[in-house]
Amino acid sequence: MMNNNLIILPIIIPIISGIVMIFFRNYIKVHRFISILATVLIGLIAILLLEQIRATGIQILYLGGWEAPFGITLVADMLSALLVLVTAVVTFCCLWYAFFSIDEQREKHYFYPLTSFLTAGVNGSFLTGDIFNMFVCFEVMLVASYVLIALGGTKIQLRESIKYILINMISSFLFLIAVAYLYGMLGTLNLAHLSVRVAEVGQGGLMTAVAFLLLIVFCLKAALFLFFWLPGPYSAPPTAIAALFGALLTKVGIYAIIRVFSLVFYHQPGVTHLVLGILAAVSMVLGAMGAVAYWDIKSIITYNVVVGVGFVLAGFAAFSETGMTGSIYYLIHDMIVKALLFLLGGTIIYLTGTGKLKDMSGLIRLQPHLGWMFFIAALSVSGIPPLSGFVGKIFITEGTFQSGYFWLGAIGLITSLMVLYSVIKVFMNVFWGYTDIKEVTENKTIKGLLMPIGVLTFITIGLGLGAELMHEYVDLAVAVLLDSSIYIDAVLRDNLIGQGV
Amino acid sequence: METYMSIVIGILFTVGTYLILSKTLLRIILGTSIIGHGVNLLILTMGGLKKGGAPLLGFNELSLNDPLPQALLLTAIVINFATTALFLVLSYRAYKVLGKDDVEQLKDHDDE
Repeated sequence: MMNNNLIILPIIIPIISGIVMIFFRNYIKVHRFISILATVLIGLIAILLLEQIRATGIQILYLGGWEAPFGITLVADMLSALLVLVTAVVTFCCLWYAFFSIDEQREKHYFYPLTSFLTAGVNGSFLTGDIFNMFVCFEVMLVASYVLIALGGTKIQLRESIKYILINMISSFLFLIAVAYLYGMLGTLNLAHLSVRVAEVGQGGLMTAVAFLLLIVFCLKAALFLFFWLPGPYSAPPTAIAALFGALLTKVGIYAIIRVFSLVFYHQPGVTHLVLGILAAVSMVLGAMGAVAYWDIKSIITYNVVVGVGFVLAGFAAFSETGMTGSIYYLIHDMIVKALLFLLGGTIIYLTGTGKLKDMSGLIRLQPHLGWMFFIAALSVSGIPPLSGFVGKIFITEGTFQSGYFWLGAIGLITSLMVLYSVIKVFMNVFWGYTDIKEVTENKTIKGLLMPIGVLTFITIGLGLGAELMHEYVDLAVAVLLDSSIYIDAVLRDNLIGQGV
Repeated sequence: METYMSIVIGILFTVGTYLILSKTLLRIILGTSIIGHGVNLLILTMGGLKKGGAPLLGFNELSLNDPLPQALLLTAIVINFATTALFLVLSYRAYKVLGKDDVEQLKDHDDE
């Protein structure tokens, strides 16, 4: 099997297009065209990769021809390729929404190039097979997100961006510390090679301590349990940016947890995965409480992000085939539906001019399409069949029960009810009731905004109805997570080091 | 040698943490910068601080230095430099717009 140069494209296309866009600062139409073109290209490449992986197994690219573990390796397994595809879909819809909603000042101040760089970082984190390279891709993504949060320079954005940067800088330092310890103990940074070395020396107490340091870092990024920083920054920027963040940024942290704890640190599931389960349970409960307690659309949606993170990792913590299948289904669903919820919430706020639930009512008479799409999204996020959330939830619940984590499954089901309550509360307050809305709202047109929302709504219905079609791909992704030797063999091949010599 | 280095790194972390816990924004940024230096030294130390030649063909030294931590370090320094610069600019802008650099006062949500 040869190097597959396709893998680098999802990283390099957005970087090149971002740089090109910077040269055409005042030509917004060029920006729009290039960014959409790049996103569509990445989507097509991801589909191509999916088919190749299905046909011939994991695809590898040794950058610069340096074989693993000496150079940086890019690895596209089924999970990575699926996530790259979903990232492209979500980015496409958010960009489309941004065309109609972002103000000209932000567009002229490099909104589209920054989004491109953000995508490059996200795709890079999904595709890399080297833990230091993962750190670098995290930073690419984070620096773009720092600027996107502050872009526009309103008071609330500046205030939230400072907190966001500080918390992420500290977690980056912790990441570097963990990487340094790993290198000191194991002498390698390639994920597959790390896995081999950990299996050789055994995952003792010291190794597990480093694993927990990494877990703290990824928890901060994924907003698993350590989500105290999340609600502020995610409600500060404009809707399109908030939707991108809600859909993509935390998912990168989740991916890192899944990758590292299925490939490298899987020898002590009684310790690490139990802790993961507890953290997942706590973030589900706290997130659901936040979602139920607030009467403000943005806060309700951001707390729902936290619940979603907890749910994905509850399935992963079960560490069984069923649980992980559920996790992957739910991860894909969560990316789509969180983008959808953020876009819907932003549209409602745009129409009514307020985020407070108690200040609005009867919107469905003016905007029936928006209302029913919100209703579908609400059912999907709480896992009602036949929508996409249901498939993931049923597998995750089954997986946790099978592995004996009854409390985890039970908490998942209870929080699902709380999530349902929180989104239906929004639906009832915003759309039902007497139409008592100022003329301003009636005159606002949202035709353009409704299209990307409609696309995402169709996807969430389609993912639910077409779950069977996805099953083959998800199974392949789960196989790699369950059996790390597939990944290791693909990366290290007939290398002497791979055979433990 | 590694032991002394560890103590130095520990001191840097202590100073950095102390500064981050203070209220002035500028001190916090200095704190992150100092922790960054501590982390850089840590990467170098974890690679082993041995005396040796450059790991190049033609240098017939008995022991060679490990070049990888230095490469990691270089990347980390660049990233740290960039984020610190961005952080400084943003905090200056925040100070100009909000008129305060005290994080205690950055908490309230009602002044919009």
